[in-house]
Amino acid sequence: MSEVLLEVTELKKHYPVRAGVLRRQIGTVHAVDGVSFSLGAGETLGLVGESGCGKSTVARSVLRLVEPTSGQIRLDGEDITHLSKTALRPHRRSMQIVFQDPFASLNPRMTAGDIVGEPLAVHGLATGKELETRVAKLFEQVGLRSDQMKNFPHQFSGGQRQRICIARALALGPRLIVCDEPVSALDVSIQAQVINLLIDLQREHGFSYLFIAHDLAVVAHISHRVAVMYLGRIVEIADKDDLFRNPRHPYTQALLASVPIANPLAKRLAPLVDGDVPSPVNPPSGCAFHTRCRYAMERCKTERPALLDAGDGHQVACLLNAGTGRSQ
Amino acid sequence: MAQKSDIVLEVKNLKTVFFTNSGLFKAVDDVSFTVTRGETLAIVGESGCGKSVTALSLMRLVPDPPGRIVGGSVTLEGTDLLALDEAQMRAVRGNRISMIFQEPMTSLNPVMRIGDQIVEAVRLHRNISSKEARSIAVEMLRLVRIPEPARRAKEYPHQLSGGMRQRAMIAMALACRPALLIADEPTTALDVTIQAQILALILDLQKELGTGLVLITHDLGVVAQTAQRVIVMYAGRKVEEASVEALFAAPKHPYTRGLMASIPAVPASGVPAPARLNEIPGTVPSLVRLPQGCAFAPRCKLAIKRCEAEYPPLADWGGGHLAACWRAEEVAEVA
Repeated sequence: MSEVLLEVTELKKHYPVRAGVLRRQIGTVHAVDGVSFSLGAGETLGLVGESGCGKSTVARSVLRLVEPTSGQIRLDGEDITHLSKTALRPHRRSMQIVFQDPFASLNPRMTAGDIVGEPLAVHGLATGKELETRVAKLFEQVGLRSDQMKNFPHQFSGGQRQRICIARALALGPRLIVCDEPVSALDVSIQAQVINLLIDLQREHGFSYLFIAHDLAVVAHISHRVAVMYLGRIVEIADKDDLFRNPRHPYTQALLASVPIANPLAKRLAPLVDGDVPSPVNPPSGCAFHTRCRYAMERCKTERPALLDAGDGHQVACLLNAGTGRSQ
Repeated sequence: MAQKSDIVLEVKNLKTVFFTNSGLFKAVDDVSFTVTRGETLAIVGESGCGKSVTALSLMRLVPDPPGRIVGGSVTLEGTDLLALDEAQMRAVRGNRISMIFQEPMTSLNPVMRIGDQIVEAVRLHRNISSKEARSIAVEMLRLVRIPEPARRAKEYPHQLSGGMRQRAMIAMALACRPALLIADEPTTALDVTIQAQILALILDLQKELGTGLVLITHDLGVVAQTAQRVIVMYAGRKVEEASVEALFAAPKHPYTRGLMASIPAVPASGVPAPARLNEIPGTVPSLVRLPQGCAFAPRCKLAIKRCEAEYPPLADWGGGHLAACWRAEEVAEVA
C-alpha cells in the first residue's frame, strides 16, 4: 500500500447516560469501542454499518469534532489526538468534511460564493479579487457556473447544494475529506452525478476519502477498501472486491444478503438475521453480534474476538474457523 | 390479463393539482392503473414525481387547500371513492383500504398504547366489544411476528424499536383485512437488515390475506424483489408501465433506462464494476414550469424536436408494456 495518511488506533468514544435530579451517571453508551484502521494517501476507505453502529462518531472523532475518550489519531505521522485548538488549526486545513444534509449544512443567509470562500478567508489565504477568482475556480471544478456565486443556498437544488459543500471542502486543498453519507439525501439520478464528481476530483487531486454510508452499493462503487462496523467495533475490513465476493463475518454476510438486488430474476428476500441491533448502552458480552448470529457458539457469549488477519490483509473479528470467520 | 372480478382497485385518469403562490401545478396528471387481488404494484420515481400524492389521492387524504383531486375516478371493489362524502369515506378508509407510511414514529400516537391504537381502529369499523377487539389486536401483533404480543400491546410507541413500530403499523393497517394496502416508502427509514425483514413480512401477509398492494418506493432494488407490475412516474405522469420482468429486461422509456444505469450495484463475483456511473444530466423540472412537450426531454439524450413540442402518448409496446416516448422503439439500441 501507498504511504499512510491517517492512522487510527484503538479509538474509543463513550458517552455517559445520566438520569434523575442529580444527573447521576446510570450507564455508558459505547458509541465507538476500540476501532483501529489506516487510510493510505489517495485511497478511499468505506465505512458501513447500520444506524447506531458508531460510523459517524468515528468520522467526527477523526476530525476532532468530538473528543475521543481514548485511543490515538495520527495524521501524516503526527499524533493529533491531544493537540490544543490552536495547535490543531494548521491541521484543520488538511482535513475537511462533507455532511449528509446539504440543506442543513449551508448557512441560508450567506451567498454560495461566500460559503465556499469562507475557509480561505478564515485561514487568511486569499482576499478581495484573488479570493473571488479562487472561488470561481472552485465552482468550476465541482460543475457549477461562476455566475451562481451570488445566489443563496435556497436557489440551488439538492444536488447543486451538495456540490457547494464539496467546493467548500476543496477550498483549502485538503489531503483527507470525510464524507458522512454525502449522497443519502439525494435522488438516484442526482446521486450518480455526485458520486462521479467525487471520483473525478480524487483522481485529479489525489486526496483520500473516509467515506461513510449505509448504502452498500454506493460504498462498493466508490471505495478501495471497506470496513464493516457493528455496535462500535469493526468486525471486518478488506479490499472492496474481496469483501463483497468473500465476506467472512456472519454479520457482513447477513448485511450483503439483505440488500435488495435490482434484478427481478434474482429474488431472494430471505433475511439472514432476526431481531434488531441491540442497544449500545449495554452491548452484549463477548462478540456483540452473538445475539443475532446463526453460527453463534458458547464461546461467542464470553470471548470477544480480536480483528485478525485471515489472509491477504482481509481482517475479520470472528471466532469461527480459528478466527478466520466463515468462508462463504 | 386479469379477470374483471379480480380487480380490487381501478384508477382512471386521476388528476390532482395544487394551488400555490407560485401558481397551479399538476402533481398527478392523468394517471391510470389497476390492482388485482393479491397483486403487488410498485410505483417508482424520484422526489416530486407525484408518487406519494397518487397514494394520498387514493386515500382521499390530499390536504385541501392547497391540493384538490380535479378529475378521474378511483374505483375500489366497485365503489367510486371520489364520489363518496366524507362520512362514507371514513367508513372505507382503514377498513377496505389502508395505508402505512415511511416514518412509523410520526404515524403512531405517542401517548396511546400500541394495543389501544389497534383496538380503536378495529372498533371504528366493526361492532364488537372491546374485549374481542383486544384479542384481535394481540392476534394481529402475533401475525406481524412481534414477540410476546400480549405484553407489547401494553407498551407505548417509544418503547418499540423502529422495525417493531413498523410492524405495529402493519398490524393496525391490516386489522380490518382491507382489500387494498398502500405502503408509502415503508422501509426507507429502516436499516437494511430490518428492511429485508419488513418486506418479507409484508409479502407473506399479502399472500396469506390476498390483499392488493400498492408499494411506493424510490428503490429499484425493492421494486425488483417485491413487485409483479411496475409504474414509473416522472413529473406527475406515468411514463412507463410493465411487468417487473419486462421492465428490468428491456425498459422502453429513456428515463427508466437512465435510472437503472445510474444505480451502483453490489459487485457480484466475476462482474467488474463500471468505473463511472451513468448519470442523468440536469435535475427534475419544477412542476410549476413544465415544458410543453415531454417533461424529460431537456435531460434526454434521445430528445428530438418533436419531444419538445408534443407530449408522447402512452403506447402499448406489446404484452401490456406501456411507455410514453416518441422514440421508445430505438431506446434499446441507442441508449
